[in-house]
Amino acid sequence: MRCTFPHMGTMYVAVESLLEGLGHEVIVPPPITERTIELGQHGAPETACLPLKINLGNYIEAMENGADVILMGGGVGPCRFGYYAEVQREILKDAGYDFDMMVLEPPKGQLSLAWQRFKPLLTKVSLSETLAAARLAWAKAQIVDDIEKMTHQVRAFETVRGSATAARSKAIAKLRQTKHRQNLPQLLEEIGTLFQQVPVDLQRQPVVIGLVGEIYVMLEPFANRQLERLLGEMGVLVRRSSFLSDWLRGQFYSLLRFDMQKKARLLAGPYLPHFVGGHGLESVADSVNYANNRVDGIIHVAPFTCMPEIVAQSILPKVSADFDVPIMTLVVDEHSAEAGIITRLEAFTDMVKRRRTGRA
Amino acid sequence: MQGYLGIDVGSVSTNIVILSETGQMQHNLYLRTHGQPIAAIQNGLRSIMEQFQDLEVLGVGCTGSGRRLTGVLSGADLVKNEITAHAVAAMYCHPEVQTVLEIGGQDSKIIVIRNGVVSDFAMNTVCAAGTGSFLDQQASRLGVAINDFGGLALKSENPVRIAGRCTVFAESDMIHKQQVGHSIEDITAGLCESLVRNYLANVGKGKEIREPVLFQGGVAANAGIRAAFEKQLEVKLIIPEHFSVMGAIGSALLAREEMLENPRPSSFRGFTIADRHYITSSFECTGCPNMCEIVRLTDDSGLLANWGGRCGKWDSNGVVPGKAATAAANNAAENTYIDRAKSLC
Repeated sequence: MRCTFPHMGTMYVAVESLLEGLGHEVIVPPPITERTIELGQHGAPETACLPLKINLGNYIEAMENGADVILMGGGVGPCRFGYYAEVQREILKDAGYDFDMMVLEPPKGQLSLAWQRFKPLLTKVSLSETLAAARLAWAKAQIVDDIEKMTHQVRAFETVRGSATAARSKAIAKLRQTKHRQNLPQLLEEIGTLFQQVPVDLQRQPVVIGLVGEIYVMLEPFANRQLERLLGEMGVLVRRSSFLSDWLRGQFYSLLRFDMQKKARLLAGPYLPHFVGGHGLESVADSVNYANNRVDGIIHVAPFTCMPEIVAQSILPKVSADFDVPIMTLVVDEHSAEAGIITRLEAFTDMVKRRRTGRA
Repeated sequence: MQGYLGIDVGSVSTNIVILSETGQMQHNLYLRTHGQPIAAIQNGLRSIMEQFQDLEVLGVGCTGSGRRLTGVLSGADLVKNEITAHAVAAMYCHPEVQTVLEIGGQDSKIIVIRNGVVSDFAMNTVCAAGTGSFLDQQASRLGVAINDFGGLALKSENPVRIAGRCTVFAESDMIHKQQVGHSIEDITAGLCESLVRNYLANVGKGKEIREPVLFQGGVAANAGIRAAFEKQLEVKLIIPEHFSVMGAIGSALLAREEMLENPRPSSFRGFTIADRHYITSSFECTGCPNMCEIVRLTDDSGLLANWGGRCGKWDSNGVVPGKAATAAANNAAENTYIDRAKSLC
């Protein structure tokens, strides 16, 4: 049983750690490249959203490296994502791949059946080892988020372009190598030092741009064409509305059927009083939240054909007008051209900077 | 004479302007790019050199889709995107402007300005059906010179309705209208209306179009499009005097602003660039499966810049125009570039 799973930003750090702790051999899919998308879009429906295609490419590349079990999230709703696993399994079976797919979703019907299904995953090591693995993975998920936040913060002030990105890569590599929870405090210190070594100019007063939108394209730099790096290197202090640990927490609680949207409904209420699938409600709520916190601008990212985000997109101009904060929607798919995105980001950043100084 | 140069290299045209020390228009050039941006820039600069032998360049700004290449080539002091450049130029010509409509060769934009600051903008996203190239293509299909196109449209009394969402469908719809016997005037007028309808539905969607409205970009020369805009928006358009070179004006103004704020000698490489030999070549980077196509610009003196990579490893030995990087910073960039390359690829 050689397990693999799809990429979503830095999620692999936590998932790899968890699966290894459970005693499995893990094949992390190679980093997403153009080839991944090409492989994925081959079997996928043209109008399916981008994450489905990238996932497929991840599975194929991981299977090339020997994986034979695919772990995938699923569940009831919240959008097409809930049905991804089923569609992906069929596409890969049709293409002749031999594998087993395990879909993590709230159990329906007999619990004993669900237990039978996941038994091979959970029973390889003792209960205490299982708990230790879960705790280590959860700690890593939080640390990886801290690394992202530090990167956002430091990048806006760096004096040598790319040094924050380099610190981030080193930090993540170190985190991956750490196999025991007691080594984490030491590691955190090392990571802190890495970021402190980045040469910065603290006199700068960078504009602040908040990122909202669909979770996958927000977390996966390949899907959003390195949005955060590009903005940061233009001297923007990037804030992101959602991180890996938030998403994992949401997935976990939804397994237990908790209501995770209370706060979002409260914030988005005047504009959108109910769930519209996916992260549409969150996109509106996060925008309101950023506007309340006086960011200089908001960028809304969404994969092409994403229904919930289309709903959010049509509501955001109202938020923008009410709070007098510029909001730009960036739609990405496998055909997105880098040059177009860069021009729009530059123009948006310029606008935000010039609004602040009141020039032209 | 002292002045600022603004260069706008677009898909269809390459425009160069000279502004005086105080920002007054001295000279402007509108050239066709013909897919050869380097040759177009060289031709433009050569003609300026011949006319203005005593010109001392205080600063250079570039914009347009070829801004990066132009920036490296000319040693620009400032490289800016088209939206900022167009907005700055519009406000300079008409300080009270509230909306800018701009249609160029392959992109179209709307810029909303309130209280002298850009407050919102949009650019065509999925397709180029509302742009100059679309008109160009359809005009040549009808056998009409693009310069006569607008005048012809104005003669129409009964414009036909053409499906303008996509160039291919517009073309089949036009053929259909021709086959059933509509006059060429009515078809050209219909095409203008469909382009404007498409623009307003895609680019202008949800934007509040307040007067005064400036219409600029090469397509503003087309009387048929102007009429269609005025009819559908029910506003009077203002066409700035130098509507076709507004991007270049904006970039020259921005260069002037930059040089006044951070006084320094211009990094302009001199008019001799018109006579140098530039070679662009490209290769596939094999560092990772992205297989990025890296473009490399060299001249007689050696490598000027590389660009086109996703990971940034090829960017750092390119010149970052407009930023006077110190030797130390360059060294450091070189070191991180090696680390970064290792970590990313």
